[in-house]
Amino acid sequence: MTPNTAKVSGDPYEVLCAFLKKESGLIIDAQKRYLVESKMQPIIRREGLNGFHGLVDILINNKSAPLAKEVVETMTINETYFFRDKVPFDKFSQVVLPKLIETRPAYKTIRIWSAACSSGQEPYSLAMILDQMKAQLGGRRVEIIATDLSEAILAKAREGLYSQFEVQRGLPTPFLLRYFDQKGDKWQIKESLRSQVQFRRLNLLGDYNAIGNVDVIFCRNVLIYFDNAGKREVLAKMRRNLANDGFLMLGASESVLGTSTEFVADPMHRMVLSPADANLGAARRPAVAAPATPAALRAAILAG
Amino acid sequence: MTTALVVDDSRVVRGFISKILESIGFVVQQAENGVLAKAACEKSMPEVIIVDWNMPEMNGLEFVEALRAMPNGHEPKVVFCTTENDIKHIMKAIESGADEYIMKPFDRAILETKLDQVGILPHSVETSALAAIG
Ligand SMILES: C[S@@+](CC[C@H](N)C(=O)[O-])C[C@H]1O[C@@H](n2cnc3c(N)ncnc32)[C@H](O)[C@@H]1O
Repeated sequence: MTPNTAKVSGDPYEVLCAFLKKESGLIIDAQKRYLVESKMQPIIRREGLNGFHGLVDILINNKSAPLAKEVVETMTINETYFFRDKVPFDKFSQVVLPKLIETRPAYKTIRIWSAACSSGQEPYSLAMILDQMKAQLGGRRVEIIATDLSEAILAKAREGLYSQFEVQRGLPTPFLLRYFDQKGDKWQIKESLRSQVQFRRLNLLGDYNAIGNVDVIFCRNVLIYFDNAGKREVLAKMRRNLANDGFLMLGASESVLGTSTEFVADPMHRMVLSPADANLGAARRPAVAAPATPAALRAAILAG
Repeated sequence: MTTALVVDDSRVVRGFISKILESIGFVVQQAENGVLAKAACEKSMPEVIIVDWNMPEMNGLEFVEALRAMPNGHEPKVVFCTTENDIKHIMKAIESGADEYIMKPFDRAILETKLDQVGILPHSVETSALAAIG
């Protein structure tokens, strides 16, 4: 062992969990130990390492960047499907896009960011909606930027090749006929649609300068794996990239309640959010104009 | 309560689909070929029909064409559920008047999303994901 090598002290499992949190934000609870160990076994065997301990030694001493990346990617959950949860996509086509078309000058590109896009079903669902709304968009440019931590999953996303099972989860059949080519027992997104999505690697724990300003962010089913501090950090950074009248879409089981003050949820759909500061004025006004409680009424009368 | 008709010549497949539909509150009838399915529809038109393609007496496609020509035959939502998985079959099914298409093998999640897409998933199922987080 060289002198500048840190020795793995303590439970290597806990060291690995701390490593994963630092690299990706991923929080793994103690009950998952068996799952984590079984996911790491093939890597340990292939590399001929001295068990779990040997693997952790390589990770914390930066002895192999590719291996570190592989370990992180192995632990991420990539589950996704087309038009997942439905509501955010309906909202996108019925409310968000019409509003952006109305408020943005025609020469301005509308920019949409699918953060944590996994194998691409989310950004491709958006591209399909945009194609359906071509007439309303009237030649306006729309950019879809799709990012994920995992190179392996991004490669799959770029290829846009899906199993029969994957294309049946959430995708309406007319869309399958219109936007896919059959390739043996698989289905590939047509080139015209694939070319509309820019896939890039981005760690949500890093900085978002490369993304620039966006009008809509889909950040779905990734923050559920982060702790509160991680969630807060990501949401605060996202607020800076999002237009004041932009939208943030979360997953069906997510909410910002108690974690972030940057965004407020649509009263009807908790997965559709707007920047809180942009809404404050509007939210306050009716409260003053129409005091609802006796105490408020009294205060309003006293104030003249 | 939503009424459904499951048309498949395999008793096992009919049972599998019926069980899922019943568990989400549908009242289910079964038929083992197109002729019997047509007779069932003449008696009382269901709200949704899940239909196989290859069946000995009157296949799924012929059944859907016959159904759509019946007086109230435009009413039910029709979902094909078949091992035919090439684009030509799917195209033909949609052209004949089917609303959705499931390629076997499939699972409960696929059947439920297809029902949702044709707009007949009972409210309780559609919102179960949200209810779970209180
Ligand atoms: C469950 S998928 C969600 C996919 C899609 N947004 C959806 O809702 O269906 C979560 C994705 O988050 C990615 N991910 C996990 N940690 C990340 C991080 N720190 N930065 C960027 N992406 C991350 C994973 O690689 C995975 O593809």
